[in-house]
Amino acid sequence: MTMTEVYRGTWVVAYREVLRFVRERSRIVASITFPLLFLAIFGAGFNNVIGQMAPGVNLVQFMYPGIIAMAVLTSALSAGLSVVTDREAGFLREILVAPLSRTGIVLGKAVGAAAVALLQALLLLVIAPLVGVDLHAGIVVRLVPIVMLLSLVLSGLGIIIGSFMRSQQGFQMVLQILVFPMVFLAGVFYPVDTLPVWMEILSKANPVTYGVDAIRQVFLGSDPAAAGLGVTVFGHTMGLVEEMAMVSVLGVALIAGAAVAFSRQE
Amino acid sequence: MAMIDVQDLVRRFGRLEAVRGVSFDVAAGEVFGFLGPNGAGKTTTIDMLCTLLRPTSGSASINGFDVVRGRDDVRRSIGLVFQQPTLDETLTAEQNLRFHAYAYGIPAEARTSRIRDLLTLVGLWDRRTDSVRTFSGGMKRRLEIARGLLHHPSVLFLDEPTLGLDPQTRRRIWDHLGELRADHDLTIFLTTHYMDEAEHCDRIAIIDHGRIVAIDTPARLKDNVGGDLITLTTPDGEMAAAELRRSYDVAPVVTDRTVSFHVPAGEAFLPGLVRAFGQPLDAINLRRPTLDDVFLELTGREIRDGDDRAAAATAGRG
Repeated sequence: MTMTEVYRGTWVVAYREVLRFVRERSRIVASITFPLLFLAIFGAGFNNVIGQMAPGVNLVQFMYPGIIAMAVLTSALSAGLSVVTDREAGFLREILVAPLSRTGIVLGKAVGAAAVALLQALLLLVIAPLVGVDLHAGIVVRLVPIVMLLSLVLSGLGIIIGSFMRSQQGFQMVLQILVFPMVFLAGVFYPVDTLPVWMEILSKANPVTYGVDAIRQVFLGSDPAAAGLGVTVFGHTMGLVEEMAMVSVLGVALIAGAAVAFSRQE
Repeated sequence: MAMIDVQDLVRRFGRLEAVRGVSFDVAAGEVFGFLGPNGAGKTTTIDMLCTLLRPTSGSASINGFDVVRGRDDVRRSIGLVFQQPTLDETLTAEQNLRFHAYAYGIPAEARTSRIRDLLTLVGLWDRRTDSVRTFSGGMKRRLEIARGLLHHPSVLFLDEPTLGLDPQTRRRIWDHLGELRADHDLTIFLTTHYMDEAEHCDRIAIIDHGRIVAIDTPARLKDNVGGDLITLTTPDGEMAAAELRRSYDVAPVVTDRTVSFHVPAGEAFLPGLVRAFGQPLDAINLRRPTLDDVFLELTGREIRDGDDRAAAATAGRG
């Protein structure tokens, strides 16, 4: 196994993931509609009841970065789904007999999923003016690496699950069990520092929480005094860089796990 | 040097010994048939040759590269058409080939012309921008054959390449394969459940219970079955059989009014029989042994037994 083979595996597999996404218009539409529905329904439903989350920040503005993170989460975890569908459709054999390293293939799935997640996040930026969030070049520039990093982590998790699943139904079931708690315990809809203790502990063990908060800090600034910004762990309020460092460490572990899990299959 | 060289290949799954010491070699340019009942170890052997499965013991090399130590060199030396389709149906025909070209590191300057040549060869150039989803079974197969050849492999593995296709499509695929063989000096390793396809082979190996039970040219395999089969129809089968046993030293099998037996050279045997036979004869049938007879004698099963189970078993293996 040489570096060229790892590299070629990564880019050829990633290339196909993006190509597939672009060719399936229904997937693009669905990936945008679902987060928007959440935003519209929850936002409209609770906005007037809850009022301001922080000075100058209403619930919709608070939720909007979380919704982007949610879209990233679903799309990144589907890297695992693509392992399962490739197996079902037989295409996995075409990939496995090619002179590509297994690690390269896993990285390709992850990078491909990250690229697709990024495309979706960027599509969701279009509605920023509608929810009253200021959008400027600085936000986009900082958003890109955060989304990439977060989706790499989650695609690692997706691939680990996908490597063990033999059917799409099985994968979807495990995914449902994982996605809902991960979304609800990630501070998408409410600040995690104000939750009951048991929920707070679970939330802070959830990697998505840090992704959500990092994206939120990009949009709403990083004033630690503002309610709901910054996650406090053991009395320390984490800044953007610390959060991303944590996500990165976890990402390396999960991608390595994914490479091992995927390579198990002969 | 042999193109494929297999020595004492063994593969166990837990306590099950699926392949129990298989040895053979295939010369460059040969069309080699690998036949066997389902569960005989065919797919397991192919998976080991294609580097998808590690041998438990023994060794195999393709194009001079060991399937374990030289895995990626073996992968570059072989093209594969599996029993189950392995295309990405979301993508177009051309995109499928392009993915393959990237994956095998085909240089950019050769890529486009190579893809065009092969799509033209299999008659799919006009459909190149169509989704594979819209293709018929035969078109998909042809596309897979084109893909398998894209990186100039030395050996093309065809695992049931025409399973489930109509006779016309099967003939068309074999015409393509014939052209390819002539143009490319290609070695073909084939499994099939179709007897007429097995006849295309230069040599055939028959595997049963994880062991090779016969390996030879189709003609010699058929000769070894015990010659031609003669079937007589007569008013009294038992009487005819008694006379045959007495005068001709054959072992007839009686079914009601018909009597069948093997003789080494049927055409030379019949005139004498007709002249001297004491019983009335209503009909005489002379049949050369087929590969089906060979297969039946060696494995106790019909060559076409349980196609569907084969497909289901492969689908389940992933």
